[in-house]
Amino acid sequence: MISLKVNQQDHVVDADPSTPLLWVLRDLLHLTGTKFGCGMAQCGACTVHLDGEAIRSCVTPVSRAIGKSITTIEGMSTDPLGKALQEAWTAEDVPQCGYCQSGQIMSAAVLLREKADPTDEDIDLAMSGNICRCGTYQRIRCAIHRAAETKAKGGVK
Amino acid sequence: MSTAANPTTLGRRSFLASTGGLVLGFFVPLPKRVAAADAPPGKPGALPAPNAFLRIGVDGRVTVLLAHSEMGQGIWTTLPMLIAEELDADWSKVSAEHAPAAPQYAHTAFGMQMTGGSTSTHSEFDRYRQIGAMAKALLVQAAAAKFKVEPADCRTENGHVVAGDKRASYGELAQDAARLPLPEKVTLKDPKDWKLIGKATKRLDCPEKINGTAKFGIDVHFEGLLTAVIARPPGFGGSVKSFDATAAKKIPGVREVVQVPTGIAVVADHFWAAKLGRDALKVEWNPGPPLDSATILEEFRKLAATEGTVAVQAGDLPAAKGTKTIEAEFFVPYLAHATMEPLNATARIADGKCEIWTGTQFQTMDQQLAAKAAGIDPSKVEIHTTFLGGGFGRRANPTSDFVTDAVHVAKAVKQPVKVMWTREDDIRGGYYRPAFLHRASIMLDESGMPVGWKHTLVGQSILAGSPFEAAMVKNGIDATSVEGVSDSPYLKSVPNHRVDLHSPKHPITVLWWRSVGHTHTGFVMESLIDELAHAAGKDPVEYRRALLKDHPRHLAALNLAAEKSGWGKPLPEGHFHGIAVHESFGSTVAEVAEVSVSKDGVPKVHKVTCAIDCGLAVNPEGVKAQMESGIVFGLGAVLHSEITLEKGEVKQRNFHDYQVARMHESPLIETHIVPSTEKMGGAGECSVPPLAAAVCNAIAAATGKRIRELPLRRLS
Repeated sequence: MISLKVNQQDHVVDADPSTPLLWVLRDLLHLTGTKFGCGMAQCGACTVHLDGEAIRSCVTPVSRAIGKSITTIEGMSTDPLGKALQEAWTAEDVPQCGYCQSGQIMSAAVLLREKADPTDEDIDLAMSGNICRCGTYQRIRCAIHRAAETKAKGGVK
Repeated sequence: MSTAANPTTLGRRSFLASTGGLVLGFFVPLPKRVAAADAPPGKPGALPAPNAFLRIGVDGRVTVLLAHSEMGQGIWTTLPMLIAEELDADWSKVSAEHAPAAPQYAHTAFGMQMTGGSTSTHSEFDRYRQIGAMAKALLVQAAAAKFKVEPADCRTENGHVVAGDKRASYGELAQDAARLPLPEKVTLKDPKDWKLIGKATKRLDCPEKINGTAKFGIDVHFEGLLTAVIARPPGFGGSVKSFDATAAKKIPGVREVVQVPTGIAVVADHFWAAKLGRDALKVEWNPGPPLDSATILEEFRKLAATEGTVAVQAGDLPAAKGTKTIEAEFFVPYLAHATMEPLNATARIADGKCEIWTGTQFQTMDQQLAAKAAGIDPSKVEIHTTFLGGGFGRRANPTSDFVTDAVHVAKAVKQPVKVMWTREDDIRGGYYRPAFLHRASIMLDESGMPVGWKHTLVGQSILAGSPFEAAMVKNGIDATSVEGVSDSPYLKSVPNHRVDLHSPKHPITVLWWRSVGHTHTGFVMESLIDELAHAAGKDPVEYRRALLKDHPRHLAALNLAAEKSGWGKPLPEGHFHGIAVHESFGSTVAEVAEVSVSKDGVPKVHKVTCAIDCGLAVNPEGVKAQMESGIVFGLGAVLHSEITLEKGEVKQRNFHDYQVARMHESPLIETHIVPSTEKMGGAGECSVPPLAAAVCNAIAAATGKRIRELPLRRLS
């Protein structure tokens, strides 16, 4: 049995320690907002936060998450930065098929924590690991700049 | 002005009975003429519940049922806009859901329930507006009775019927309206009175797609659901010789290992156990033919040197006289769709019926093939369409491969099963945009205009052997192989021309890939025209204008893109423009790419200026999003994407070697919509075809080198 803290809630799961965190989240805890895209850290659809760091959960053994705080997209709606990002994503009408957007938002959140006012180059660097086959990159870029402004003004009112 | 015939009331009764008199107020079934045409033979009026495109709750909620699937293209918003416009609904109370699989939801043009060909909005433009108008007429009639006034004294606004100082919400009127006979005919609004159609409208599915609650096929879960992955033959045409499941069954969580028509399925409690089980599985395969990309290219080249089946010809090509001949050969590779959501489907067979949960573009086909796999009647197959994590044509599959897999496994293990594809399964085991080779020989007169054009195409037919062959392959020509060449407006201005086609047969499974034949024909035609312009010493825009003088929609898009991009004006140092214009799916799109090429030959696309004439743009915001989407989708194929074969197997595995466009490669995209009253066209695919030529023409302007092979990384 493995104890995990996900979105501020404690869980106990029956999983082999080598199981990727992604499948513990999706198949055991049924937190399906985190997506499977490639299984080898190539696409970013599975991005979650481990103690505030963006990680690819498809290649992260669940054992690495023991004793740490895991945040998934489901936990972002109550997070001030998550709210700013969601509001910006809405204003820019970002999603199309929507499948990659959880991972995009999770990567963008870490970028904005590290750089309050990212340049386009910062966005390229931080977001190039997240593939969107619908090609929403331009809108994601605009939304990140918008969320940065919202954050600078004190967050979502 | 349009009218709708009086629909049947049978569906209404069965629907109300099925809801048990709950909150659902009333619904409007589709017009009788459509229902009658689509009812199964021998079962007149056998309409399944809920037979509805629209529900209005007593709480005033308006729910629109979608006959098409939301895969990113935005019909979750656009189709409700059509109903809401005529209904004068309160937009904040409008939501959408996918319709079940049923004959009533058949495509108005294609006769089967499906999403494809960039047709969802224009094919439903009348039907969905009529449904909104019928519902409004009933609500007005109910309000008139309540207010004790004439219907003509009532008006509607924002989800209410108003007469003088009296006012009632649609929710208050819903139950009364449900008891009224349907109107004999309806009058649709004059376009000048539209409040929603033509206005930039934000997506209704955005909230759930940014907080993790949107449900895709892969997210389906219920008690007792098992997960399976399938070991499929590593090469095309291969099959299982023998297998040993001993080690696979030792993996904790693995329940069963069963053989199904496509391979060996490992069934487990969850994905990870199934995947580890498959890794441990020992399978000996009968190999398929040892296909190789290099030999396929050689075969295509040999064929191109011979006469193919004529698709179109005019004048007397051998007698054409010119002063200069341009000859060129183009080649584009097989491409995978690589939807972000790997393919999957869930099947539950119980109580004489089969339920399917999946994101699909092809409900009718899936229903029929699932029924065959389950050994039951298609009417016993229920399809629950989830959101699609991308489609691009892959989920419109004439063999319903990902759906029938799930049915076969569920049937074998007698339990509900979700069959999942890994990314490797998707890249290696799927369906591809066929590789194509083009060879063109074009004769120019002394003024530089083409007077003779010989064009040969070589590539596998998508439609041969499919249920669509009879309707769409005529005189040996698969229309999807030559579209964009045989009907090119340029050819019409060339007095002597001939287009012929070879369709070699290979076991490589090929399929429509966002913009289908136009993926390669747009690239080839617009590259050639650009090359001719340079050979003639003319500006590429001026040259196109001369050839397209009788094609106003092409001219409108071309001129708008040229103007907005600043064509001919100075660019930053080292930056070059390339242009292309191409018609597909009823819309014409011009794109100007601004490109630089680094000293070591790496191109960078800085900006794409796009102009589209799609006729009326129901949701201009949606059209813009689709232009952006197609441009980035096309860019991946220009820069990186390629499926190659070695000894019958696909060489690529995952996104590390089947690369697609990423954030740092994504250009600034500026879209302009031509104000147009022309016939409506599609938006989902038409920005893909011009992109490759626009980029490659800019590279030619920068380097003097013509690009005739994709992707570009092959050249570096």
